[in-house]
Amino acid sequence: MSDGARPTVAVIVFPGSNDDRDAALALERLGAEAALVWHAEPELPEVAGVVLPGGFSYGDYLRCGAIARFAPVMEAVRRFAAEGGLVLGICNGFQVLCEARLLPGALRPNVSLSFVCRDVRLRVERTDTLFTSRATAGEVLTIPVKHGEGCYFADEELLDELEANGQVLLRYEESPNGSIAAIAGVANESGNVFGLMPHPEHAVDPLLGSTDGTLVLGSFVDAAAERMFTAA
Amino acid sequence: MKATILVRPKEGILDPQGEAVQSSLRQLGFHVDEARVGRVIDLELGGGDAGSARAELERACEQLLANPLIESYEIAFAE
Repeated sequence: MSDGARPTVAVIVFPGSNDDRDAALALERLGAEAALVWHAEPELPEVAGVVLPGGFSYGDYLRCGAIARFAPVMEAVRRFAAEGGLVLGICNGFQVLCEARLLPGALRPNVSLSFVCRDVRLRVERTDTLFTSRATAGEVLTIPVKHGEGCYFADEELLDELEANGQVLLRYEESPNGSIAAIAGVANESGNVFGLMPHPEHAVDPLLGSTDGTLVLGSFVDAAAERMFTAA
Repeated sequence: MKATILVRPKEGILDPQGEAVQSSLRQLGFHVDEARVGRVIDLELGGGDAGSARAELERACEQLLANPLIESYEIAFAE
């Protein structure tokens, strides 16, 4: 990261978000300025990246993420993404991005029907991306999951497309939720929008057992700093 | 005019909720080969004709009420 360049990253707060502050804290530790942005805002502030955090936006009514996608700020997030802006969705944020069709596929109830809350091991499939550049090829990360609806689904045609385009960035070593092809994190085709069920913001301090989350969030912050620097 | 929308997990899509319901029914002694769990949405539409309402509701289903990737839907009218 360039010296002194602290990119500002928006963390969107929906009613029912509950990992917004953890995400903000983790981003700040990794060298970003976090700006919490309320869902009712029609515009984003000047930012180099956007994070949609975990939680239960709008009570998960209808389907997880289905209502949050209509929040006023999501129109601004959609424009930001369309212009190539960096967008990261964590857990519920991933669900929102899928419902908003900014990411392919859908998240369904875990096959076990149980809420899973534990560390999982994740294989990094690619490191030449904006969200995994700090990891090394084939590295296995330990990051916690905590969700009831994290079973990623794509039909056969879509799955072939995702694999052919290299859009699967993270895969579970042992799937905690029944996701197809053990997919834990998937990017859009142009690679500027990424969503994952595991919580990298909960794995940034050795006190909590793992710092592997810094590899994902740190890559995102590096990419954001790079963009800010280029834009300046 | 009232409309009822039935949203179901698409055929071939694993439905863990349905499986849990089926296994519970079996434990109670009911002989059930398969159970699938969906969702019912009742709508009060006011006036208008069913033809144009159907087209409208199809858009509502595609955009919000169902996720077309994983769910199918049926629209029925009453009155």
